Amino acid sequence: MSERPDFSAFPDASGHFGPYGGCFVSETLMGALDELKAMYERLKDDPQFRADFDYDLAHYVGRPSPLYLAERWSKQVGGANIWLKREDLNHTGAHKVNNTIGQALLAKHMGKPRVIAETGAGQHGVATATVAARLGLKCQVYMGAEDVERQKLNVYRMKLLGAEVIPVTSGSKTLKDAMNEAMRDWVTNVDDTFYIIGTVAGPHPYPQLVRDFQCIIGREAREQSLKQAGQLPDALVACVGGGSNAIGLFHPFLNDDGVAMYGVEAAGDGIETGRHAAPLSAGRPGVLHGNRTYLMEDDNGQIIETHSVSAGLDYPGVGPEHSWLKDVGRVQYVAADDQEALAAFRELTRVEGIMPALESSHALAYAKKLAATMSPEQNIVVNLSGRGDKDILTVADIDGIKF
Amino acid sequence: MRRIERCFERLAGENRKALIPFVTAGDPQKAVTVPLMHDMVKAGADIIELGVPFSDPMADGPVIQLACERALAHNTSTRDILGMVKTFRETDTETPVVLMGYLNPVEVMGYEAFASAASEAGVDGVLLVDLPPEEALEVKPIMDANGLDMIFLVAPTTSDARIKLIGEAGSGYLYYVSLKGVTGSAALNVDEVASRVETIRNLAKLPIGVGFGIKDAESAQAVSRVADGVVVGSALVNQIDKFQKEPAAINGAIGDILSAMRTAMDT
Repeated sequence: MSERPDFSAFPDASGHFGPYGGCFVSETLMGALDELKAMYERLKDDPQFRADFDYDLAHYVGRPSPLYLAERWSKQVGGANIWLKREDLNHTGAHKVNNTIGQALLAKHMGKPRVIAETGAGQHGVATATVAARLGLKCQVYMGAEDVERQKLNVYRMKLLGAEVIPVTSGSKTLKDAMNEAMRDWVTNVDDTFYIIGTVAGPHPYPQLVRDFQCIIGREAREQSLKQAGQLPDALVACVGGGSNAIGLFHPFLNDDGVAMYGVEAAGDGIETGRHAAPLSAGRPGVLHGNRTYLMEDDNGQIIETHSVSAGLDYPGVGPEHSWLKDVGRVQYVAADDQEALAAFRELTRVEGIMPALESSHALAYAKKLAATMSPEQNIVVNLSGRGDKDILTVADIDGIKF
Repeated sequence: MRRIERCFERLAGENRKALIPFVTAGDPQKAVTVPLMHDMVKAGADIIELGVPFSDPMADGPVIQLACERALAHNTSTRDILGMVKTFRETDTETPVVLMGYLNPVEVMGYEAFASAASEAGVDGVLLVDLPPEEALEVKPIMDANGLDMIFLVAPTTSDARIKLIGEAGSGYLYYVSLKGVTGSAALNVDEVASRVETIRNLAKLPIGVGFGIKDAESAQAVSRVADGVVVGSALVNQIDKFQKEPAAINGAIGDILSAMRTAMDT
């Protein structure tokens, strides 16, 4: 890296992070995106909007989330101290709610009575259904038919919260297809509907506003590190599907040169098998879902199916800011496979009494390797982006246990 | 003069409107497409929009989603489609052909490589539904240098300022999407379309084709009274879906629909 860019100045005015990002949607949505952009520009520094957001994060979500030193696990691993940013303790059990609170406030300001969302593991769907219930908004959630099957508990949670879950049977029947279908709904109902995108992807301004809402993770972690460890962490580790929990943790540290960052993608059966969900590790740039970013595609530009034990990482693209951070070398993108993630899931559960989501388990698996190469004076912060209750059935299934 | 411009000029002289059928290339089989293009011209088509299949057709309804899946089931690639156009051009040097699809299958080839190959094959225009003019600044001069028209969409939600911008960015014709929704949605409202087309005419100089929601001779006739071109897609692709197991019947079924539209539009 020659000259470090000022990371806080991106995206640029047209919504780009270097060559990535942008606004690649059909014309019908351009007006709605302009409207959203204008509303967000007006509200993002508005003291009342900030106060409303902060109030909800404190009293509804339960923030700040703790920064917990996993002492026993760190000792066992034998290296750096591993700190866990406990997003699993948020209301609804994951970091997703930070964003849905913010976007629901925007929907309210824009007077939209109906919200839609796409979901993979169901965490974003639950977080959307939750804020919709609280604000009395009509809510429909698109979910790949395959994910509906493997995340039954979250499907029922959304129904209990009053949302309608619409299984998507086109394409690969997973998160990317749910996003296609949500886009189709939005283009049809653009007058009365707010599309709450769950990750830092999609057309501008979504990657920016979702990031801004998720940055509470990194701002807290920065302050907590200084207070609890007496210094900034040496490294940050977070899992990357679309990449919202990772960007939320990383972004407030990007201009701190001494802090190394690792985004962990899902290697599925292994990068070398081609059955994975790791576009930054093994893909190339293209255009999907409104933005230019690294994708998993074939030689004809068709998006290829992804594989991961965790539904939330099973996505062929990634937020455009991650693509840029990879190219400029600020963040290292690595991968952990299904077996490594499952081992980390079991290990943290047994050693610390904390059951992580399978998504977050990818970050834990890499953090374990990284910590072992570091010294006990050093500190790693891992984003424990969600809790693992939703994955119990998946793990039981792997263990051959039927309920 | 480019083929598309010449086509609209000729039609204007005859006081007729362009009938513009859309089919997805390679649906249900690669061998079907070129003969179908010729038969559509015989049935009265003036311009052909050839769909380039994409795995994630976000702006399309179920009918064209399935067409993409059928075409991709046997790996219809952008290069295959350019080959089809080249074959079509061996016996039809006049009917304009527009490739319609999404950006990624074009971008993966590289803009230069795509544009020169498309131009050489005899393609006249390119319509990429997820590429608004703001994101087309790099690709547009390359298309232009290769004699390819870039056709952009105008939607019911497009502001006057944007209509002007799109009118200046595009060439060939403007494609007015008659309703908020995906392809193959509910029927369009003719009065609404008429009033929007008038607005667009005041803000942009290009001929205006109208698509989405045109299902039969009656709606084609109504739209032809106000627009310069009538685009029909899902209604035709439905026939491909229906006869996918007996492709010999496809050309006749699509020809019947187009002939009826042609007659109604010219009456």
